[in-house]
Amino acid sequence: MTWRAPVPGALALGTLISLWSLPFVRFAPNRLLTGDGLAWWRAPLGLGHWAALLPCGLLLLAWRAQSRATRVVGLPAAALWLVALPWLAGMAARQMAPEVDGLARVSLGAGFWLSWGLMALLLGELLREAAWPVWRRVLLWVGVLLALLAELSGGALDHLSLLREYANHQDAFNLAFGQHVQLVALSVAPAALLGASLGLLAARRSRVQGALFAVLNLIQTLPSIALFGLLVAPLAWLGEHVPGLGIAGIGMAPGILALTLYSLLPMTRGTLAGLQQVPAAAVDAARGMGMGSWQILWQVELPLALPVFLTGLRITAVQAVGLAEVAALIGAGGFGAIMFQGLLGSAIDLVLLGVIPVVALAIAVDLLFKLIIAGVARHD
Amino acid sequence: MIEMTQVSKTFGGARPAVDDLSLSIAAGEFVVLIGSSGSGKSTLLRMINRLVEPDRGEILVNGVDIRRQRPEDLRRRMGYAIQSIGLFPHWTVAQNIGTVPRLLKWTKARIDARVDELLALLHLDPAEFRHRYPHQLSGGQQQRVGVARALAADPDVLLMDEPFGALDPVTRGALQEELLRIHALSGKTVVLVTHDIDEALQLGSHIVLMNQGRIVQQGRPLDLLRRPANAFVHDFVGRTEIGLRLLALDRVAGRLRPNEAAVGEPISADLSLREALSTFVARRVDRLPVVDDQGRPAGALFFSDLLERQL
Repeated sequence: MTWRAPVPGALALGTLISLWSLPFVRFAPNRLLTGDGLAWWRAPLGLGHWAALLPCGLLLLAWRAQSRATRVVGLPAAALWLVALPWLAGMAARQMAPEVDGLARVSLGAGFWLSWGLMALLLGELLREAAWPVWRRVLLWVGVLLALLAELSGGALDHLSLLREYANHQDAFNLAFGQHVQLVALSVAPAALLGASLGLLAARRSRVQGALFAVLNLIQTLPSIALFGLLVAPLAWLGEHVPGLGIAGIGMAPGILALTLYSLLPMTRGTLAGLQQVPAAAVDAARGMGMGSWQILWQVELPLALPVFLTGLRITAVQAVGLAEVAALIGAGGFGAIMFQGLLGSAIDLVLLGVIPVVALAIAVDLLFKLIIAGVARHD
Repeated sequence: MIEMTQVSKTFGGARPAVDDLSLSIAAGEFVVLIGSSGSGKSTLLRMINRLVEPDRGEILVNGVDIRRQRPEDLRRRMGYAIQSIGLFPHWTVAQNIGTVPRLLKWTKARIDARVDELLALLHLDPAEFRHRYPHQLSGGQQQRVGVARALAADPDVLLMDEPFGALDPVTRGALQEELLRIHALSGKTVVLVTHDIDEALQLGSHIVLMNQGRIVQQGRPLDLLRRPANAFVHDFVGRTEIGLRLLALDRVAGRLRPNEAAVGEPISADLSLREALSTFVARRVDRLPVVDDQGRPAGALFFSDLLERQL
């Protein structure tokens, strides 16, 4: 007797074990205490307890069934779990702490996080095995994200401590969201333009290549906090001596500058790699048929380099979403500000409020670019 | 048509790739540049459309010095096909073939009509192939598109750098026939680079044998086989296979006796004498019945006639 699908099986088993052995939710009399954990079967879920049959079913499926059945039954089951689990936790919270403005808090336990995360991995694995086209895979994830957003905005999760923190910090949250998107967009866009130019230069002049990548690699090896710190002094000097710029040593400017510097290496490397994988024969043929160098660049090299370039842009943007979190240390704002506030106040839910949106943002950016790349690369 | 006078080109190394070479190519000629790798044959070809600029010497095309023309304009008037084909993977077959016409700013209708005409000429069904991408084609089909692309703007000169080198023998043979047909049909000047002596003998009306950047011997295929200038040429055309290659130059139609007959499976009058020889040996006979291209009896080929009347 062999397992037909060992990886999904192991993930389904892990989901079950973490659900059974770790607390699903925690109840605390106020927001600063960790509180007592409640296991899955002790949480007030009513009929919702039966939801545990989902991972059981997936385990059986992975053990016995053919891959087609895994796809037909497994994919919707895993997706359902990802949407249903937060809803169930929200329901439990409503039972345990019905007053929205009371002191008592119900937070998500390790059992929730682990079983949710393992199921997300399982869904990814099932999608990989299904070998769907990229756009269909992305669409499924977008569906899950939209369903979760609907739960959030519909109020189903309002009684969870995370959402209580959100309610208390709504203005700060919205401000942080705007700042975070600004930090990423204003650093990745110039880095993409500059990186594309540098990559083109490196492709054309192989002698420049070595020196260029030495510098970019050096920037990349600097720890992010050190780079943020290093930029404070020169920018403060600049802000003092050129008042019209509206730049200061701390705040948005050094944050954007540092993120731009970090984004340069992956962008330059992505552009160079993209140009290098353009078939030399295509370029020779283009020249031999009488295309000018600009025509070759625009009609042959850039279109053929585009998918690799966009992959570089995807990685850079996802990286920038994460790095922007640290930029809060020099007053650039963003979700990092909320996270650090939570860390300083030992309020774990506030930390999560500053981290979860960043993870969601990174995933959303990743999905968006995957969709674009799939559209661009459909001829190859 | 093309006049090259004392051209030289040295890349990094000490030995010149092309060394003080002069060559005259008449209009309508099918010229094959042949030599081992490093003989300078590709460099010589690439000088004609200024992909390589000579260090010294002068190249005239239609009496005009090519240095006095913009390289792009010069190249658009010459067809160019290479071994690795170099089709643009992100463009359809139709877009690929239409490359030079588009550069020359033809109207869309004229380009479309030309693309269909060329696809038909290369035996690719336009309706089936014009919207395909290169990766959806076999190697032979890709090279057909490559040749069609080179012919697109109806150039006077066709430059081909080992165009069939990467193809299997059957596909290569078919495309060689195709190219001969197009050459006979259009009367274009073709300059083709190869290292395959059989390909050179089959295609070329004028063969230029190169070694170390210089011309060792040039002339009709028969001249090279009959009167090799030195041991190098003799080696290159193949000491022991010269006889077979001589036979490959002629067809059955030229040797058959019209009023004779023979028994057995008839051979085509279009067959080369080399293939006929192979048939004689395989069937262990000394005469073969011959039919013309409509399948009507045309006479018989005698084994002993293979030896006679060789020029």
